[in-house]
Amino acid sequence: MKKEVRDVVLPSQLLGDTKKLKAGPGTFVENNKIYAETLGIRHIRDNTVSVSPLKGFYQPHAGDIVIGVVEEVGTSMWLVDINAIYPALLHVNEVPWHVEFGDTARYLNYGDVVLAKMLPSGESDRLQITLKDRTLHKINGGMIIEVEPTKIPRVIGKKGSMIAMLKKYTNCRIFVGKNGRIWVEGDPNAILKIEKAIRLIEREAHTYGLTDRINALLREQ
Amino acid sequence: MKSDIKLIDKEGKRLDGRKRDELRPIKIEVGPLYRADGSCYIEWGGNKILAAVYGPREALPRHIQHPLRAVVNARYNMASFSVEDRKRPGPDRRSTEISKVISEALEYVILTEQFPRAMIDINIEVLDAEAGTRCAGLTAAAVALADAGIPMRDIPVACAAGKIDGQVVLDLGKEEDNFGEADLPVAIAPRTDEIILLQMDGHLTVKEFDEAIELAIKGAHVVSELQKKALLAKYAVAKEVKQ
Repeated sequence: MKKEVRDVVLPSQLLGDTKKLKAGPGTFVENNKIYAETLGIRHIRDNTVSVSPLKGFYQPHAGDIVIGVVEEVGTSMWLVDINAIYPALLHVNEVPWHVEFGDTARYLNYGDVVLAKMLPSGESDRLQITLKDRTLHKINGGMIIEVEPTKIPRVIGKKGSMIAMLKKYTNCRIFVGKNGRIWVEGDPNAILKIEKAIRLIEREAHTYGLTDRINALLREQ
Repeated sequence: MKSDIKLIDKEGKRLDGRKRDELRPIKIEVGPLYRADGSCYIEWGGNKILAAVYGPREALPRHIQHPLRAVVNARYNMASFSVEDRKRPGPDRRSTEISKVISEALEYVILTEQFPRAMIDINIEVLDAEAGTRCAGLTAAAVALADAGIPMRDIPVACAAGKIDGQVVLDLGKEEDNFGEADLPVAIAPRTDEIILLQMDGHLTVKEFDEAIELAIKGAHVVSELQKKALLAKYAVAKEVKQ
């Protein structure tokens, strides 16, 4: 079985020259030289070198679907922890219900979990989320598994292949938030199985041939 | 402080048998703390130090927030059992000063402008002390920062040089620090060799000072390689399985 490690680079490691390559995300340029800025995996695509961090925090983008936990209730808004640096604002205008002023806690209270979408941040670059979409809602039941946000692409797999496989073997409902939270609902034993598989993905995210190994793990159980 | 202790013998060996440009043994472990965003445990001679990084996260209380960049908050603390006589716990003049200089040294290499209004907390806990804790602490903090995935211009590293029995030597041990003539901790950004922390205790001539700095920087580069090896080792797990 192929189990090679992808190219791991350290912060300040030299990646190339600006004459030959373009500096992508996760890099910085000094004196026409490109250096990595975080501990991560090096990618070179279309003459652009970039580093995707191995560890870190969720960096929000407009349109991302995230799973958030309400951490503060105000009279006309909620503050929701979305695993980013700052909490996100959920305004009463951005929920599908008609909320009377000061009646916010009846709809969402501390500790409630929501499936929400990131809104484009305005000039103030404060984070804002919305529930106004038919796919978005408050989450009841199930379990949340937290992983490194940087490893979410590996959990989803190429064109959702990894998630499709997890669903196929376990018959669970799974939803992956871009912010590193995964919601799972179904048979308790199946949930444990999924958690085991996700922990393996998290641990070996920087290796090749991961899908095959997860496949083998799920089959033997 | 004068004493009749002979710090260097006739063969040029020091008390613990090291040569004048030799470091104490160093062991670096990445990520021992599960709850922290990044962590590092270092053993540098008799020093045993844990460093933990939390953040970047919203800076609280709000008045410490900077609208354009992150605040770097390092806290150096010595455990009460880290020295021979019990140390009275809590911050004192010395640890407040060390916290400040380490914060400023690390702030220089972190790309703070990427995280406006945020705060990065670094806790450096000295469990066992034997001279050179600020250098070892900063070295560990740098590894913990890299482990936390925080964008940095460089992985800073520190090393001390000093003067004992009239000779400039690298990395002072406990007795050498207590009875020697000077101690010069230096922290650098090894990619560019910029000095980001420099302190001195004792007396050196200009010539000795230049010699000591050069020696400390050379030592720091050796430690830097150990830092990088430790960081890469954490992600080489799969490679070992293959062999």
